[in-house]
Amino acid sequence: MSYKILEKREMVPNVHLIKVDAPDVAKAARAGQFIILRIDEEGERIPLTIADYDVEEGSVTIIFQEMGKTTKQLGTLSCSDDLQDFVGPLGHPADVRNLGTVVLVGGGIGIAPIHPQAKAYREAGNRVISIIGARNEGLLILEDEMRARSDELYVATDDGSKGHHGFVTDIVKEILDGDEEEVARIVVIGPPIMMRVAAGVIAPYDVETIVSLNPIMIDGTGMCGGCRVSVGGKTKFACVDGPEFNAKDVDFDLLMSRLSLYRDEEGQALENYNKCCSGSDCKCQ
Amino acid sequence: MPVQDPQERNSNFNEVALGYTEEQAVLEAGRCLECKNPKCMEGCPVNIDIPGFISKIKVRDFDGAIAKIKETNALPAICGRVCPQEEQCEILCILGKKSEPIAIGRLERFCADHERETNVEKRPVAEPSGKTVAVVGAGPAGLTVAADLARVGHSVTIFESLHEAGGVLIYGIPEFRLPKSIVKEEIDFITKLGVDVKVNYVIGRIKTLNELRDEFDAIFIGTGAGLPKFMGIEGENLNGVYSANEFLTRVNLMKAYRFPEYDTPIKPGKRVVVVGGGNVAMDAARCAQRLGADEVTIVYRRGDEELPARREEIEHAKEEGIVFRLLNNPVRIVEGENMTVAGVECIKMELGEPDGSGRRRPVPIEGSEHLIDADIFIVAIGTSPNPIIFTGSEGLERSEWGTIVVNEDGMTSIEGVCAGGDVVTGAATVISAMGAGKLAAETINTYLMDN
Repeated sequence: MSYKILEKREMVPNVHLIKVDAPDVAKAARAGQFIILRIDEEGERIPLTIADYDVEEGSVTIIFQEMGKTTKQLGTLSCSDDLQDFVGPLGHPADVRNLGTVVLVGGGIGIAPIHPQAKAYREAGNRVISIIGARNEGLLILEDEMRARSDELYVATDDGSKGHHGFVTDIVKEILDGDEEEVARIVVIGPPIMMRVAAGVIAPYDVETIVSLNPIMIDGTGMCGGCRVSVGGKTKFACVDGPEFNAKDVDFDLLMSRLSLYRDEEGQALENYNKCCSGSDCKCQ
Repeated sequence: MPVQDPQERNSNFNEVALGYTEEQAVLEAGRCLECKNPKCMEGCPVNIDIPGFISKIKVRDFDGAIAKIKETNALPAICGRVCPQEEQCEILCILGKKSEPIAIGRLERFCADHERETNVEKRPVAEPSGKTVAVVGAGPAGLTVAADLARVGHSVTIFESLHEAGGVLIYGIPEFRLPKSIVKEEIDFITKLGVDVKVNYVIGRIKTLNELRDEFDAIFIGTGAGLPKFMGIEGENLNGVYSANEFLTRVNLMKAYRFPEYDTPIKPGKRVVVVGGGNVAMDAARCAQRLGADEVTIVYRRGDEELPARREEIEHAKEEGIVFRLLNNPVRIVEGENMTVAGVECIKMELGEPDGSGRRRPVPIEGSEHLIDADIFIVAIGTSPNPIIFTGSEGLERSEWGTIVVNEDGMTSIEGVCAGGDVVTGAATVISAMGAGKLAAETINTYLMDN
């Protein structure tokens, strides 16, 4: 099998958007689900949350940040290149219902998976308030798209170069402290540390808070058990029981520890790759 | 049968058993009495004409021998390697009463390997019937159903969730016991029969069973028992704890033993503890040894006699230096720095009264707790059926253990939908799944012809 890349662009430095020709996946995809891809025969299987899908075009869009060898290699691919494997949709869709007002929070690359949720929650009749954040203005993605899909949009940057100077959680707190909004649910997606902080900030307000977890996994169908997370003291498989869980029950420390398991090997793989790619006869250029 | 030297093989992933030469095969076949009423065949779940194929080896008609086997078994190179012949066909061989039974499995393997090496091919397929069959899962059960139904002219499509067909033959059983090139060639044989294999296709996610039922004239579900069980003890989510499924999938399917040439990493470990006594535990331990561990220990709660693995695998593991700590059971995984594994606390066991299964129940000996140093802990205590197939499968009856309920013909509660293999029985063997596949293929064929 192979899956053609229909569109590829670098959104901000080191963050890429890839639109893949995968009509069966597009047809079945729902907000909150993820895919697993493998670039080539030697490649590893990596999970990425679906950033968008188009049934008519038969395409699925993913957005990723260059982190290790695989994402770096993925970033070198271009339009009309193929991915060897692309499987999905995996995991349960987000539990989207008409709840009233829903606050969606996306941090960094986490804005990508929040993006289809904004559309889904709005279509279900919710008032959607979105809060997106990044380290600085130059790293902020999908601002226009999120504005179009939200009733209200707030932006936060760590350095104040755009919108609120500070964290997305500051805005969440402001909304929860104010009298204007009766918030029924908050969805937070971003780096684990950001989700942990958000869960802590929101906890005193007793508002249902959902996070989407993306631990290391192989098959994505419940077979390997590598994606074990602890939720409410019970072990769950993020791939088949999630990827969305109630924030207050998630053991984020365990999640972060398990995500760092292969740090040495990832470093080695990246180093080898960079060495290889500095040569002129590199196969990936 | 010649094997690779233990001291050499415990650091490589090449096949352990080397197989018969032509001369050895003819010599072994010569011992067969060709009984009028062959008992051996009664023990074969896929009804191979055992004296039939052996008689052809005797006269060096190796092509005829493999043709005879493939009349009923599409995967002989695999079965010849991983079937527990010693408790199926060979145990019933008359010769076994006085001396050694005929080495049926080794002869089957020889025929299949000979065919591959000499490239005989193409068996006749019946005229197209115009009927379509969907097979969910490309493991031993699904491949058998697909081959049998394609041969009689039905149009078969297999849906496989992983990126490669083969199921446990690809992700589970290691290269040194079942070379992946052999699995691929046997699957090639099945695709040459006209079977279409769609990989990366998760039924229950891309399409539901009910949707599939509307598109195909009949369905077979062979999704296996892929969900790993954990022990439920303290420390099981620490870094360094693997399910055997994950450990073996990384090594076999993803080729982590060739990292960094392949991108998927694995933690090889210095001191590895594997809990469980089945073939999967042996496979995991032997992989860990080959990845370079200093010491690999198998911990099992019953005694040597009760080990459920094949005797041959147990002997191979022992020869390769795997340590067996029997009548022992882990009770806690000890945490080291940064949420890693520092050791496994075990308790000694003794065998008490027989339990419901007739086996003597292991009972912990109070106060016998002790620590085994370990940095990797692999859980190989079994698997249960994967529930994804039940999403959007209204009307499909399921047992309290999560297995699919079938009647004596392999038909589920939905008409035209059969199931077989581990998803029906819970975790069992490759050959029992293939036997269930054969039965289901007959049922589906009858159903299609009647409708």
